[in-house]
This record gives sequence, structure tokens and C-alpha cells, in this order.
Amino acid sequence: MDTATLIARESFVERGARERVAGLLDAGTMRELLDPFERLRSPWLAEQDIVTQADDGVVIARGAIAGTAVVCCAVEPAFQGGAIGEVGGAKIAGALELALEDAEAGRPVVPVLLLETGGVRLQEANCGLAAIAEIHAAIAALRAHVPVVGVVAGPVGCFGGMSIAAGLCSQLIATREARLGLNGPQVIEQEAGVDEFDSRDRPMIWSLTGGEQRRATGLVDTLCADDAQAIAAEVAAAVAAGPEDPARVADVDAALARLARIDGDRRAEAEWVRDAFQTPTDDGSDS
Amino acid sequence: MTATTPSSRGGRWLAALTDEGPALPGYPDSVRVVDGELDGTPTRYIAVVPDPASDFPRARGGEVGLVEGWALARAVRETMTADVDGPRRPIVAVIDVPSQAYGRTEEAFGIHQALAAAADAYAAARRAEHPVIGLIVGKAMSGAFLAHGYQANRLIALDDAAVEVHAMGKQAAARITQRTVEGVEALARTITPMAYDIRSFQRLGLLHRLLSVADADSPAGPDVAAVRDALTEACRDIGDSRDLGARLGEGRAASLAVRRRLRAQWQS
Repeated sequence: MDTATLIARESFVERGARERVAGLLDAGTMRELLDPFERLRSPWLAEQDIVTQADDGVVIARGAIAGTAVVCCAVEPAFQGGAIGEVGGAKIAGALELALEDAEAGRPVVPVLLLETGGVRLQEANCGLAAIAEIHAAIAALRAHVPVVGVVAGPVGCFGGMSIAAGLCSQLIATREARLGLNGPQVIEQEAGVDEFDSRDRPMIWSLTGGEQRRATGLVDTLCADDAQAIAAEVAAAVAAGPEDPARVADVDAALARLARIDGDRRAEAEWVRDAFQTPTDDGSDS
Repeated sequence: MTATTPSSRGGRWLAALTDEGPALPGYPDSVRVVDGELDGTPTRYIAVVPDPASDFPRARGGEVGLVEGWALARAVRETMTADVDGPRRPIVAVIDVPSQAYGRTEEAFGIHQALAAAADAYAAARRAEHPVIGLIVGKAMSGAFLAHGYQANRLIALDDAAVEVHAMGKQAAARITQRTVEGVEALARTITPMAYDIRSFQRLGLLHRLLSVADADSPAGPDVAAVRDALTEACRDIGDSRDLGARLGEGRAASLAVRRRLRAQWQS
């Protein structure tokens, strides 16, 4: 890459949720639903003297990508670490449920999920968890009709119940800076001890859960640079693909065979994990 | 034959509801799959139970780990395959899961994907017209609950102090929200969704039934009969519904309001 190209390159990660969405959609097609002027704030944060936000940290917008109707659901990582509360969760779940209704009526709308989130917002624990179950239900149902596209871009990563949502997507795009995992480093350290997982060991964390490793193990479908144009191009390609059940969700036998071969006591290192994922699993052997 | 009493509450309820039926082969010891009946209808019962000998040290206490997530997916998908041309059996997820497995190996091998596979299977079974019921007899925590039970058409819980639903244990929740454990407990008393107890969960409108039993820990005669009746009634109540709409009530006013306003704006 020459210097001029590098300087011209725009970061996707440095944009807020609304600007990320705007950059993905065909010019002039973005229509935000339940925008901040609707003032749909978390009813639970205020009770705990925590500052609310007028969109509860979630941007929903309809529009088109290369002419195809889409609905973007983008989590704003700068508000509460992208954590999902009742309102933000209902915005995503509700949008996906409406997209499902349209798909079932023969009017496909492709969901694009920008998932930068720590998972359930603990200040609204059970309301967040319930909303995430509804998000899972909608993604799983939509996948029969349209590709469900997920993007994990920034260093906040995608964790908790929303990492399961990412795992349910038909097409998952990540950058090298992104992380994808169920339990955040601090939670594992708290629950299992620092010997099990040192939450300050950033090289270890990225080596096991970063975008590059997840691509190498097939848990992410596309690795992309933090370049707004390049990410938009990958999203457009994913939107144009047909509906499918990715092997990463559907191939139960291969996953169980892989787990049967690994030593659960061994301290996981990136290279070993990659090898385990690359060993053919369809050789018919049972041991 | 005298079966040893299962070590966990979930294991005991599974045994009681299936008349101590044999677990199907082909599953790990931590995922017990039993084909029993409900009101004369063949029914598949599934529970995650502790396995002190598990190859994965962080998943020995009944947590949903890598193997458990994928085995749950297999147990549910296998039911769908077997019933594809016939009546769709009810599936009962007996829920007593203290948490997902917290560990380095778990993250490295993609536990989120294992849990996604389980949630996906339950959701697919629900859409394929299997009545799916989640029976909460103990803890229903976080990712473990999302993988095992939260995709059910209906949720039934026992009204008991040890029955809890939450997104995270108190210690970790305190650390992540930069509060003390006492602070988390104090908030749990006033903020309904932050509470751990099942009655608070019921107030959110997420339960189909909250069931009083004499002894939630040791299922016996009348309690087992009452649970069976509730499961049977839930199957009838499911009828032709295939989505999770029954959970959206006044207990989650904001969830309803968001959906109402979103619908109004959906078509331009």
C-alpha cells in the first residue's frame, strides 16, 4: 500500500454506530427507526443513578445495500460498553421480528448486525437476557429466508449472550482488532482464578479470541482490515449471498469429534487450537 | 435394579419425570437424554448434570461447557430427524445449570459457538412444531440458560428459594459493574430485573407458570404429578404457536412499547 492510499483509508472502528451504518448503506437510503428524538431511554439505569442515552445505545436503520433491502442493527460501544439492556435489546429483537414477518410474506429484508458489545447489561440483567434470547430466536428463524450478516469490528469485541448471537449469523465478518468469546477476561479470572485466565495478558487474549485466530479456526467467516470501504464491500458481498446454515453452527458431529480428540487438561495455546480445528473430522474414525 | 440417586436436583427431577428411565447412549455423562412420556405421549427429556470425571475440568459441576453445548444440539436435532415424518414429540429441558463453563480451553475452542449450536437446535425444534418446554428446577444462569431452555415455547419454574435466574453470579457482577457484592444485593432487592429470585423473574412476565411444590430438592409423588400436569397443560397451551410471543406482557412494559413504536415506523 502506498502512502497516499494509507492516508486516504478511513477507519471503521473509530466511527460511532450511526456513522458505521451510514457508511454501509447506499447513498440516500438510510432511514433510522426509533432515533434519539424518540427518547426511548432505559427505565432501569435512571433508577440506579446512571446516565441514560436517548437511543439506549442501539441504532436501527432501514436502507439498501447495492439495491437490496436491509435493516442494520448497530450497537454503540461507547455507551455502557455496548451492553444490551431492555430497550436496546427490544430494538434489535423487534427489528429482527419485523424483518422475519416481511421475509415470510415474501418481502426479504437482510439483517446486518454490528455487534460490539459486552453482552447483557448487568444493571438490567434479566431484561437483557430475555431480549437476547429473543434476538437468538429471530436470527435462527431468519436464516431460513435471508443471510444474517454479523460484523465484529472494534476492540470492545463481542461477548456474553451476544457472542452466541454472532455464532448464529450466516456470515460473520471480523477485524484483527476484534475479539469474540463467551466470557470476558475479567469474568473468567473472577470465576476461575488468575492462573486459569489472566485478564491483563492481552497478547494471550488476542491470540486465543482475536479475529485472526477466529478466522483460522472457522469461527469467523471473513477477516477484514479496519477500513470502512473494505468492510462495506465485505458486508455487501455477504448481503448478496443466499441464505444458508453455516457449518460452524450445523456440523454437530464434527464439533463433538474434535472435542473427543483434544486433551481438556492441556493449557490452550493458539497454534494447538488451530491444529485441532484443521484436523479432518470426517474420516469416519470413532476414537 | 436400584439406580443411585442423582447428585443434582436437575438429575433427580429428570429421573422422577421419566420413572428412572435409562439415559440414551451416545451422549456424555453430563448430558442425560431420556425418552419418556407425558400424558401418554412419547416425550424427550434432557438435563445437564454434574460429571466429576469430565475431561474438561471447568465443566465438572453441571455447567454448560463445550461438550454439553454440542451434545444438547445433538439431542434436540436427533429428535427432529426421528420425527420428521410423524408426530412431533414434546421436548422438555429440565433446567438446573449453575453457569456456563468459565475457562481458557472453553474460550479457545469456541464455547460461544457450542452454545449457539444448542440454542439454534432448540429454536429449530420449536419452529418444526415440537412443543418445547423449559422446566426450571434449580439455577438457570446466563449463557447456560440461553443454551438450555431459554428457546422453549413455555417456561415453568418451581417456586423455591434455590430456583434462580440471572445473567451473572454476584461476585463477578459486582466486579464488572464496579460495585460491592452488598451493593449488588441491595440493588437486587429494588430493581426487579437485577433480582436473582424466581418470583421477581415471574413479575417480568417471562414464566408460563410458577409452581408450588412441597420439596423441590427431592421430587416425590404429588409434586411430580403436579409438574406433569403443568407440563401437559403447557403443551396444550402452546397449540399452534411457534414463537416466543407468549413472554411479552406487561411485566416488560418497555419491551412492548419499543416493539409497538418500531412497528409503526417500519414501513415508510
